[in-house]
Amino acid sequence: MIEATTVSWRYGANPVIDGVSVTARPGRVLGLIGPNGSGKTTLLRLLYGALRSPSGRVLVDGDDLAGLGSREAARRLAVVVQENGGETALTVAEMVLLGRGPHLSTFQRAGRADHDIAARCLARVGAAHLADRAFTRLSGGERQRVLIARALAQQATHLLLDEPTNHLDIRYQHEILRLVRDLDTCSVVVLHDLNLAARYCDDLVLLGRGGVVAAGTVDEVLDPAVIEPVYGIGIRRLDLDGAIHLLFQPHTAVERTTV
Amino acid sequence: MATTTMRAERDLLGLAAQRRRTGIWLLALTAGLILTGVVAVGSGAIGIPPTTVARIVGHHLLGLPGEVTWTPPQEAIVWQVRLPRVLLGMLVGAGLAVCGVALQAMVRNVLADPYLLGINSGASSGAAAAILFGAGAGFGQYALSTSAFLGALAASLLVFLIARSGGRVTSVRLLLAGVAVGYALYATTSFLIFASGSAEGSRSVMFWLLGSLGLARWDALLAVAAVVLGGTILYLTVAGRRLDVLAIGDETAQTLGVSPARFRIRLLVVVSLSVGVLVSAAGSIGFIGLVVPHLARRIVGSPHVRVVPVAALLGAILLVWADVLARVLLAPQEIPIGIITSLLGAPFLVVLIRRLHASGA
Repeated sequence: MIEATTVSWRYGANPVIDGVSVTARPGRVLGLIGPNGSGKTTLLRLLYGALRSPSGRVLVDGDDLAGLGSREAARRLAVVVQENGGETALTVAEMVLLGRGPHLSTFQRAGRADHDIAARCLARVGAAHLADRAFTRLSGGERQRVLIARALAQQATHLLLDEPTNHLDIRYQHEILRLVRDLDTCSVVVLHDLNLAARYCDDLVLLGRGGVVAAGTVDEVLDPAVIEPVYGIGIRRLDLDGAIHLLFQPHTAVERTTV
Repeated sequence: MATTTMRAERDLLGLAAQRRRTGIWLLALTAGLILTGVVAVGSGAIGIPPTTVARIVGHHLLGLPGEVTWTPPQEAIVWQVRLPRVLLGMLVGAGLAVCGVALQAMVRNVLADPYLLGINSGASSGAAAAILFGAGAGFGQYALSTSAFLGALAASLLVFLIARSGGRVTSVRLLLAGVAVGYALYATTSFLIFASGSAEGSRSVMFWLLGSLGLARWDALLAVAAVVLGGTILYLTVAGRRLDVLAIGDETAQTLGVSPARFRIRLLVVVSLSVGVLVSAAGSIGFIGLVVPHLARRIVGSPHVRVVPVAALLGAILLVWADVLARVLLAPQEIPIGIITSLLGAPFLVVLIRRLHASGA
């Protein structure tokens, strides 16, 4: 469980996140949605401590994140961020194995059990055949899957993902999110695609300028009356076979309001 | 797919095989290092057969009994002159190589080398002050190395202070601060040479700038170098996993349980101390710290827990051979070792880069 209360962040004089509170509950998938520049990624970075909010606090399972050592934090929070891997020539297997780091003491080497976990996680994202390839030579989608495998290998109780479906083709978009959904962890996912959010999230937080516009279950948040003004686009919602589908109508004039 | 899964269960993604390979390389390189030592001690203006070298060293180290089959001059050359020199060469080579590895990971740039942070320029200024103006004369036989070390320390402190902002040190700031301080101190050294007006002094500063193991004795300097560099190699090997994640990126390091800010500062302290010591002992010897890390990565892959020890051994072997060439090529005159390493290192780097691009990395 992650509870953030009144966290803020500003770039220069520009407040991106201003006094925001969100709660990610155990065993559920929380989606962070909102238009470009609404601060989804910034909020996520506040949640895993890459940014430290000057106000409020972030509790992870009841403990203040700022008070957890970086290793302990990494045992609780596994994060998939958009980073290209730099100049490293690590193989995919070595990359995934790094996810075991937070569980090993300084002098300990990764053992058989760690190798097993790494291999299993790699297989789980359908990337076992990539094991001895160089990470930097993979395609964008393959990299994304490997990074998710590394996060899984961390075996943390929380999983945070920043646009995990970027670079993925339609099949893997669904497979990765299905995988996240089937995990028993508390997950927070930044998503662009509202239909993916509708299908794979339990709860949603809709961000507008600086703050939370709406928070609640998928059903509550994905109400055209709520999201239309935030995105400035006409939206029709169809409830088909128990699932929510959104259709977008760009030419419908909707007054875009600043929240 | 099926075979991959099978292998994944037995050899876990080929990691065990990689580990074995590394073990074999380490053994081979250790053997190579010992062999290098024996041959290097025997080579020079006066050649001494390897068996004699081995017996003299064995006699001194282990107190091995047995009749003395060597002449006193041979013993003096082996024990007093060449052995400390070869040992210092090994330490300097290993130290330069592992500091290069650490810096390349730290600033995420494959062209980083131990001199990137301007530490050698600081040491050079210190050495020039000692040679030309008698700075640090109070330290007796250690005047030169002490003065050089103080210069190195001042340079790294300066770089650190410039690169630091809000308690954090970032790669880019570190690079820029290193380059700026390096140039400033290089100018200082040149100015000292110019201002002294002593032709002979300038010559010895030049010689020192180009690197030499000529100062090697059985003295405190060798002991300090052994302790500091041994500690550095050990520390960097143990920190291998942290180096791996730091080389990927700050954000990744953070999410994998390594605080990039704190770790980078710790690395900076360790590397500055090491480079300071080895530049004080042997001057600036180029290319070893740049080329050897690449070589090591080609041999055993990227994980630093493997790269660091392999780089240390390779660096030690290469530097000792470079020193043998420096002593033998124009014997009895000695060529500054930095000339040899640069002459051999530059084309080597070109080949390496071309290969790297050919394979698409």
